[in-house]
Amino acid sequence: MKAYDLMELAGRNLREAVLRNSLTTLGIGVGVASLVAMLSLGVGLQRLVSQQLGRSGLFDSIFVVSRQDMRNDRRQDVKPDEIKLLDDDARKRFQQISGVVEVYPDIRGMGEFRFAGPGQKEESYFTLMAGLPLSARRSDAFDDLQGNFFSGANAPEAIILNDFGRQLLGITAERGHFDDPLTNDQAKQLLGKEITLRYAERQSTGDQPAPQESADASGFSVVRKEQKLKIVGIVNAEPYGGGRGARSRVLVPMDFAESLNMIQPADLRSLMRSGQGKTYVALIVRVAKSTQVLGVEDAIKKQGYSTFSLLDASRNISRFFTFLDLFLGIFGSLALAVASLGIVNTLVMAILERRREIGIMKAIGASDGDVQKIFFCEAGSMGLLGGALGVLMGWLIGRVINFGTNIYLQRQDIKPENFWYVPLWLVAAALGFSIVVSLLAGLYPAARAARLDPVKALRHE
Amino acid sequence: MVSNGTEAVRTESLVRHYKLGQSIIRAIDGVSLTIKKGDFTALLGASGSGKSTLMNLIAGLDHPTSGSIVVEGKELAKLESGQLAQYRRHTVGMVFQSFNLVPTMTLVENVELPMRFAEVDRGERRTRVEEALRSVGLSGRLEHRPSEMSGGEQQRAALARALVNRPKILLADEPTGNLDSKTGTEIMELIRGLNREIGMTVIIVTHERPLAERYANRLIFLGDGKLLGESANTPGGTQ
Ligand SMILES: Nc1ncnc2c1ncn2[C@@H]1O[C@H](COP(=O)(O)OP(=O)(O)OP(=O)(O)O)[C@@H](O)[C@H]1O
Ligand SMILES: [Mg+2]
Repeated sequence: MKAYDLMELAGRNLREAVLRNSLTTLGIGVGVASLVAMLSLGVGLQRLVSQQLGRSGLFDSIFVVSRQDMRNDRRQDVKPDEIKLLDDDARKRFQQISGVVEVYPDIRGMGEFRFAGPGQKEESYFTLMAGLPLSARRSDAFDDLQGNFFSGANAPEAIILNDFGRQLLGITAERGHFDDPLTNDQAKQLLGKEITLRYAERQSTGDQPAPQESADASGFSVVRKEQKLKIVGIVNAEPYGGGRGARSRVLVPMDFAESLNMIQPADLRSLMRSGQGKTYVALIVRVAKSTQVLGVEDAIKKQGYSTFSLLDASRNISRFFTFLDLFLGIFGSLALAVASLGIVNTLVMAILERRREIGIMKAIGASDGDVQKIFFCEAGSMGLLGGALGVLMGWLIGRVINFGTNIYLQRQDIKPENFWYVPLWLVAAALGFSIVVSLLAGLYPAARAARLDPVKALRHE
Repeated sequence: MVSNGTEAVRTESLVRHYKLGQSIIRAIDGVSLTIKKGDFTALLGASGSGKSTLMNLIAGLDHPTSGSIVVEGKELAKLESGQLAQYRRHTVGMVFQSFNLVPTMTLVENVELPMRFAEVDRGERRTRVEEALRSVGLSGRLEHRPSEMSGGEQQRAALARALVNRPKILLADEPTGNLDSKTGTEIMELIRGLNREIGMTVIIVTHERPLAERYANRLIFLGDGKLLGESANTPGGTQ
């Protein structure tokens, strides 16, 4: 039988029992809808999380330290001659590894900040200060930035954390509200104001004359310096979670921070060693895509350095979502499985009703295969229609739930998010799955119809 | 067993037994007969004598328990189910006593149905349907459903459907069984016309001996699944 005739016969059979077949199709639709709804929730959440993680910058950064700093670590047995210095040379080499976007040092150091609140005397505060690359602008930490980001890589500007801001203004936050943003009034008293930084500069003692304060034979001396900074922004938390170090409450542009040449806590360690030029405590290597992290990490390790990245954590997260999707998929499929029983039921009923008709068709030349194909085609059509209906319904349900949840989130003062996502592959997969399940459900009825003995079917009752 | 060119149907020790629980029903029990091409044969016998069973065997709808049955040179017992379907499409046309038509299809659709299975070109179908319906005098009822037609009209439509694939043999199992004698005669006249005009081999089952004697040129008598006898017959005139 030709495909066209097959479709036509199946189509007219479906129309003959339109109510029953519509209900069966609707059942399939509901099953597919639940599958689509469940999976689009899983996929949407995953997308949301990976977007947020991506923006956090944690997953495309590699933290590099020299192995000499790891010698205390028993797990890593490092021989002294294998030690590579983390110097400018190394920084340039890292920069050339393919996939690397930027390499910047992890600069953080203690500073004394002098600031006069409105109508108050200047007071001094001690806190950690860190350099921040301009690329950190896209980090989600700046989503609720008050004021502005740095105007340039060398600008003598500072972004401060809001609890430091409160400290400067002499305000104590209530218990449980330490992370609250400053009010606009409070922010206005800080933004654009000057703050004076006093810090210890590390000067190498090569050909320079001996500095006034302390000097030693190992290669550098410490000089007290002063620098005025303009407060341009106030932020809730340090971007990138502050890396590995302690929380820094004042952030300055990276290039500017480097030019300060400020002494860092870890420099004390190199005091114990001699004969080394300028080295970095740690370098942060940022790659374009988190998928490149492993390769770049490997390349750096081969050059003889120790690395850290958060990729392992992200792997666990994607594993979690695989399980979540599987779980949601199984629950979603359950409804479809129940609906497929509806197809079996409907078609078996149809066989009983159309017994004589099947007998006639066989008597006038239908082969077993023809009869089987007609029933198969009916099952497949219900699957296709039900699948299309289900995708539509699932999408609508998703919209509605997303809408409702966002209203709730907004009431709770949480930024609304699109955690619902129906990708094209899900639509295609749902349709395909629905057709396959329906055909499987049609397998038994179709075989039964094909096996029907025409002689018995045609015996007049 | 080879048939010579003049034989339409030839059976040899044909047996069809049905098992019902412990007992065996010998519906056809060793029938050997020959039907020539162009014959108008009537199968006669009491109810339960095996007439329908023999017809279904000739139609390739049923399989013999043993023995052989050759129709138009084909040994049916050796054909697979797909080949049997092919055989039913092109070699034989069937008409039953009642419930012949698919109730949900219009007249046109019913008559078109065998051509769908025979994969006849769509363009040719409509012409053939109209031609077949015209030959049975049903040109005006194309879009009607069977429930909207009389028994005689339904039977004529069934005849048109049996003819539409141009079979060599027409098999009719009590085609007039549900009809009054006048309509029954109309149907028989139509069948005789086919037999005479295009030389189609016709086998009909009936238990009305007068009807058989009026139209058939051979009578075959069955009883308890066995061949009781056969006789040549000179059919009567038109009514
Ligand atoms: N599928 C079957 N299973 C069991 N027995 C059957 C089957 N088909 C036919 N028979 C039996 O075979 C015998 C012959 O039946 P068949 O239908 O051929 O008779 P018939 O001559 O056509 O009778 P009628 O004139 O009433 O139509 C009957 O006894 C019938 O009960
Ligand atoms: Mg009978």
